[in-house]
Amino acid sequence: MNPDPVEAPRKLSEAEIEALLVRPSVWKRRDVQRSLLIATLSTVVLGALIAYVLSESTGWDAVRRSFLSWHHFQEAMPRVWDGFKLNIKIFLIAEPIVLVVGLLLALARLSRNPVLFPIRAFAVFFIDVFRGAPALLVILMLGFGVPGLRIEGLPREPVFWGTVAIILTSSAYTAETFRAGIESIHPGQRAAARSLGLSNVRAQLHVVLPQAIRNVIPPLLSGFVALQKETSLVSAIGPLEATRQAQIYAGTTFNFTSYLAAALLFAAVTVPLARLTDHLLVRSGKSRASGGAV
Amino acid sequence: MTTSKLRFDAVYKAYDRNLVLRGVSLDVQEHEVVCLIGGSGSGKSTLLRCANLLEEINAGQIYLNGESIIAPGVHADRIRQRIGLVFQSYNLFPHMSVLKNITFAQQIVLRRSRSEAERRAFELLERFGLSDKARAFPDHLSGGQQQRVAVVRAMALDPEVLLLDEITSALDPVMVGEVLNVIRELKTLGMTMILATHHMGFARHIADRIAFLEGGEIIEIGPPAQLFDAPHDPRTKEFLDRVLASE
Ligand SMILES: Nc1ncnc2c1ncn2[C@@H]1O[C@H](COP(=O)(O)OP(=O)(O)OP(=O)(O)O)[C@@H](O)[C@H]1O
Ligand SMILES: [Mg+2]
Repeated sequence: MNPDPVEAPRKLSEAEIEALLVRPSVWKRRDVQRSLLIATLSTVVLGALIAYVLSESTGWDAVRRSFLSWHHFQEAMPRVWDGFKLNIKIFLIAEPIVLVVGLLLALARLSRNPVLFPIRAFAVFFIDVFRGAPALLVILMLGFGVPGLRIEGLPREPVFWGTVAIILTSSAYTAETFRAGIESIHPGQRAAARSLGLSNVRAQLHVVLPQAIRNVIPPLLSGFVALQKETSLVSAIGPLEATRQAQIYAGTTFNFTSYLAAALLFAAVTVPLARLTDHLLVRSGKSRASGGAV
Repeated sequence: MTTSKLRFDAVYKAYDRNLVLRGVSLDVQEHEVVCLIGGSGSGKSTLLRCANLLEEINAGQIYLNGESIIAPGVHADRIRQRIGLVFQSYNLFPHMSVLKNITFAQQIVLRRSRSEAERRAFELLERFGLSDKARAFPDHLSGGQQQRVAVVRAMALDPEVLLLDEITSALDPVMVGEVLNVIRELKTLGMTMILATHHMGFARHIADRIAFLEGGEIIEIGPPAQLFDAPHDPRTKEFLDRVLASE
């Protein structure tokens, strides 16, 4: 495998080439093993170092008792998990709506037809307002404000208004993501579609949007992560989601391990999403480097 | 007098305050091939884009078979289908296979069935030596192959006129040949064409008439022999001297 450097370079036989093409990784296996070993070693060493420093420092015991108590973790987890189901529910309801509303806002904002001017102006206004305002503020405003109006027929539940608030702010962000995607498509693509006799709408639908959406899948997934985390903000207006449950537990026991439980649950959802985003980004980067479409 | 296939009547086009076409008039007869030559920025692409209604003109008229294509109430999408346009940068749809690139507008615009559209696509792909590429995606094709697919895509809609905008400019010399062969083949099929080109040799060989543009005007138009060998206008002569010297 590792030819002696003095030897003249040898051409590969047909069989070797064949093997190479079937399993190109064979050549790199040694390198992979080596870097795996190094990575493991350095992680262990660093971990040990941190553990040593922590255990030697004063107050570590106190930290461990109030944040890392296995007993309280077991106690709190079922309630926090109960609350987390609400976070997931809000996410699952909000995300599809966010995607649709975001796309519509982006299309409205990019429309050039003068007839649509009011719609375009509305989209710009909407995006500016809800991208500019902190999500928590919108949640408080809708969650406390709207039910206070006592308007007949409008729902009163805080969960409902919290979800609406999250949808509004996330849609504004998502709209900008879609807009960037649409603007990244070369105008020649639309021109080519139009030159074939396709209407504006058809060109958008069949030629521009499929490419634009594919280009923004990674940032959209980042938006998923952000939205999932933002669901915890609705706790501010009362609903018993994971953060609120953890807070209640901590409030009665004076132990903060419940927050760790909640954090772990959020991480269990957001970390895989984040890894998937990375993976897609790397892949699109690679295929772009080779000049291909994503 | 027979009506011309495509006719420009004193066409003016400005981008903002920049007047790019200054009263261009041009008659193209059925089965005729007209080449547009002229320096960069002389308005060749703009003229072709106006005929395909990708740009709105500011004054003048454009007629297809004697009927105005810019009159109010004219269905612009319908006109675009009847006047095909091929771009310098191919502009194939990267998210569709070659076959889909060629069939999908047929299905939508001409309401052909899928099998009908595919039959037409394969017929053309075969004629231009591309039938083995039907399932490939555009970015797996060479520039020359992509450009030939772009021509096939435009032809699949059975346009009455085909506009070709410097379709060989992005290609290296070997591929230029294969694309020019396609144009030659289209001419034998009797296709009415206007092509903007920098290949003087090819223009002389393929064109029935050559139009020389400068500053948004047609300075001179005539059969290749006359325009190339005995230009009337000193500006034409100067342009040709410059271009032919660099060739
Ligand atoms: N979309 C546009 N907006 C503004 N100006 C434009 C636009 N397209 C073209 N122009 C201007 O119009 C003039 C003519 O351009 P055109 O592309 O028609 O020239 P051309 O003869 O095709 O040149 P080339 O040989 O470089 O392709 C140029 O001055 C150009 O800057
Ligand atoms: Mg041009």
